[in-house]
Amino acid sequence: MTDQAQLLPGTLDLLILKAVSLGPLHGYGVLLRIGQISGRALLIEQGALYPALFRLVRQGLLKANWGTSENNRRAKFYELTSAGRKRLREETDGWNRLTAAIDSALAARPEET
Amino acid sequence: MKLLGWFRPVTAKLFHRSETAIDMEEELHSHIQLRADDLERSGVPHAEAERRARIEFGSHERFKEECHEALGGNLVETLVNDFRFSLRVLRKSPVFTFAAVFTLALAIGSNSVVFGVIEGLILRPLHVPQAESLWGLERGSDKAVNQSYPDYLDLRDRNRSFDGLAAYNVADVGIDTGNNPSGAWIVETTGNYFDVLRIQPYIGRFFHASDEYGPNSAPFIVLTYAYWHTHFQDDRGVVGRVVQLNKHPFTILGVAPPDFQGTLLFVAPDFWVPIVNQEQIEGTYMLNARGTREILMVMGHLKAGVTPAQAIADLNSIGADLEKSYPKDDGHMTFSLVRPSLSGDWIAGPIRAFLTGLMLLAALILLAACANLGSLFAARAADRSREVALRLALGSSHKRIIRSLFAEAVLISLVGGAIGLWASIGLLRGLSVWEPLPTAPVRIPVKPDANVFLFALLLVLASGFLFGIVPVRQVLRANPYEVVKAGSSGRVGRRMTVRDVLLVVQIAICAVLVTSSMVAVRGLVRSLHSNFGFEPRNAMLVETALSMAGYSGDSVPVMQKRIIEALATIPGVESVGSVDRPPLYYGANSSTVFTDKTADLRPSNAAAEAAMYNISPEYFHAAGTSLLSGRSLTWHDDKNSPRVAVVNRQFAKQIFGSESRALGGYYKMPDGTRLQVIGIVEDGKYGHLAEDPQPAMFLPIQQSPSSSTVFVVRSDRDPQQLVAAIKKAVQGQDAGLPFEIRSWNQELDSALFGPRMATVALGVLGMMGAMLSITGIFGIAAYSVSRRLRELGIRVALGAQRSEVLQAALGRALMLLAIGSLSGLVLGILASRVLAFIVYQATPRDPLVLGGVVVAMSLLGVVATWIPAQRALAIDPVTLLREE
Repeated sequence: MTDQAQLLPGTLDLLILKAVSLGPLHGYGVLLRIGQISGRALLIEQGALYPALFRLVRQGLLKANWGTSENNRRAKFYELTSAGRKRLREETDGWNRLTAAIDSALAARPEET
Repeated sequence: MKLLGWFRPVTAKLFHRSETAIDMEEELHSHIQLRADDLERSGVPHAEAERRARIEFGSHERFKEECHEALGGNLVETLVNDFRFSLRVLRKSPVFTFAAVFTLALAIGSNSVVFGVIEGLILRPLHVPQAESLWGLERGSDKAVNQSYPDYLDLRDRNRSFDGLAAYNVADVGIDTGNNPSGAWIVETTGNYFDVLRIQPYIGRFFHASDEYGPNSAPFIVLTYAYWHTHFQDDRGVVGRVVQLNKHPFTILGVAPPDFQGTLLFVAPDFWVPIVNQEQIEGTYMLNARGTREILMVMGHLKAGVTPAQAIADLNSIGADLEKSYPKDDGHMTFSLVRPSLSGDWIAGPIRAFLTGLMLLAALILLAACANLGSLFAARAADRSREVALRLALGSSHKRIIRSLFAEAVLISLVGGAIGLWASIGLLRGLSVWEPLPTAPVRIPVKPDANVFLFALLLVLASGFLFGIVPVRQVLRANPYEVVKAGSSGRVGRRMTVRDVLLVVQIAICAVLVTSSMVAVRGLVRSLHSNFGFEPRNAMLVETALSMAGYSGDSVPVMQKRIIEALATIPGVESVGSVDRPPLYYGANSSTVFTDKTADLRPSNAAAEAAMYNISPEYFHAAGTSLLSGRSLTWHDDKNSPRVAVVNRQFAKQIFGSESRALGGYYKMPDGTRLQVIGIVEDGKYGHLAEDPQPAMFLPIQQSPSSSTVFVVRSDRDPQQLVAAIKKAVQGQDAGLPFEIRSWNQELDSALFGPRMATVALGVLGMMGAMLSITGIFGIAAYSVSRRLRELGIRVALGAQRSEVLQAALGRALMLLAIGSLSGLVLGILASRVLAFIVYQATPRDPLVLGGVVVAMSLLGVVATWIPAQRALAIDPVTLLREE
């Protein structure tokens, strides 16, 4: 458990967008996909996913359709809308800038100040 | 539980516990299924897999909630949830809920009733087309609405501001439709009345200005819908029928629409008759006398584009001209405009003032109720701090908890408001069909309408918010960890809390109400026992209108004397007198009088305006008015002897300077007649109970005849027993004479109507105030006892005396009661000055009132703290400490 990281506030939306951008997924699938692409390092409470999904649908970033899962269960599948794709790009850029800045800040040595 | 079980599917259907919810439920379920499938595939047994999937998912309900919120919160659904929760909570404390609902029902109900009356009498425009441009005329600085007919004609024909001016008078008349002669209340109108008011007939036609050709030229009747309905059974064939009014034939022309009952809101006449036929209706024709202002009101629609100010200027210039042309009759001919619905400001003013005062008091009741509920809610919130803390600790948000507290408050106020509104509508309906006076067609035209509902709803929401907000601070401050750790017993604060302040405010308000109502009741009692100048006990009044039976001129006094003599022979009758109109009967007739030295008899030179009574010789004896000096009138004071008068003490003082100078002295009437004062009687009340001493004169009927006659029959036994004999005696003189017999005390109902209504209204509000303070003190005392049970138990265990226990348990509540009552008393005394305008002799500086308030408030305190005190005294420390 110790190698799992706490999710920063606001980052769950970004992760969901990213996970869904790789192909339509149902809720449980989103969870599995995030686990997979993050190398199982990020811990998400299962139920907490759904308020986020509903929020993204409401913002028009995702759209949802009922379908059938690989093991023949009825499930709701999410995919990105074009607005969602655009948002994902922006958020990714923003995230990269932020991490770069924080990286460089954290890498600073005494002689550089 | 049954109720809830029924309630849930209903609300679900009602609010579309929508597809989203079902959809969401399905999705979360599918998630758990998928997870369980995965777990099963990895070797976990089926049942265990499902269990673990559910656990891993976390709090199902909470996420569902959050999903709903993420969806932009289905507002209705969240609200329904909140209300469902509140309902559950409230069902758990039925006593609290009942007390709260009851309190609010009282407060909102009383506000709705008062508002309904204000709405009916003041806010709602008259039911005539374009009511906003309809104005009545007031004359002079004392805002008299009465005018003389010649002045009216001048105003009507010479003004350039009105689309016609109409005038009317209220009168009573005897009507005979062929079988049963009866009395009726009518409005005498000018011919253009209906055209000026722009009213269309319901059936038949109305009379018009073109139907009038001078005195008695237009024997026509237009019926009100109500009279047509009750007396002619909606018979459409009634048009064209001839009926007898005072034995003169009149033709029914038509029926007015149902919603038009004339322009005086509180008078419901039976029909309309052209005023040019006044002689047939009233027995005298006064339309030629410019100085006799018998027209009740002149009114009309302003022409389009004319402002009230322009119209007033126009009328004033005509008035100035009239003053110049007729200096003997017309003075103070300046005008102002007034809404015609409540007559002039002389009636509308006091009604408005009184209703405003009542509304203020009702608002105070509501405020007190809110303070009451606020402190109850705060107490409850404190009691529930443990529950609230648990909910916070378990992940509920402050927002959610406050919302649910508000939901409780609003729920209570909605239910209370609904009950209050229901009761008030019943009361208003009752008021609107009530006929308060047996002797006049007075109505209180209130019909609860949408505005009343809206008003009540606003009050409900406002008050729910007001007392709902009280515990909010408490909740926001609550630190779950502290509370859960420390338990709920809490500290016993010595500080004044919000709750205490609320209680003091509430009690102060209630004390104001109690003080006001006591002042009013005391004022009424005093006015009932003040000296009227006559003795209503053991006296019957027989009211006749000889003109209705066709008597006029000289035949009137002859008939009066015959009836008096007939009545006097009844065994048990002490004396019989007659008067044209008893004192305190809808105002007094009056006339200006002049000193003997005045030569120029224009109104501005008058020495006084004196009440005027035309009486028979025995009147003073029959009425119980005592003669102070000189002699009374006799049957010898007739047309052939010098004109004489008896005056009251105030008249003597005001016109002659002293009683001794008045006796034997002369004064003049407006027509120049010299009258000699032959006797002086005590002062009395003539127009209304609250008046200052007024000058009055009593003239012999043989010198100053009047066809309207009220016989006063005084007997030595209960005069009710004489009714049959009186009836026989009057009918023996003329079987066709309409008359009514009442006791004088009954007659006085009209004079006492205003003060009585005021007293009843204030009394009811005072009672409400008292009830509210009982619930308030009870709530706080019961709460303080229940919170400190353990501490009190320990005190008892350590040997505290009963008085000490009581002191500890209730001292604070009683102290707050004392502070509140005292400040309320002071405020009430200040407020009572306002009451003095309405209620006769209402003085707050009355030891009885002050003492009464103190006693009342202490009694309330005792009553309210009785049960909590018993509970505190019954504490058995052993059981108590074991239980904790």
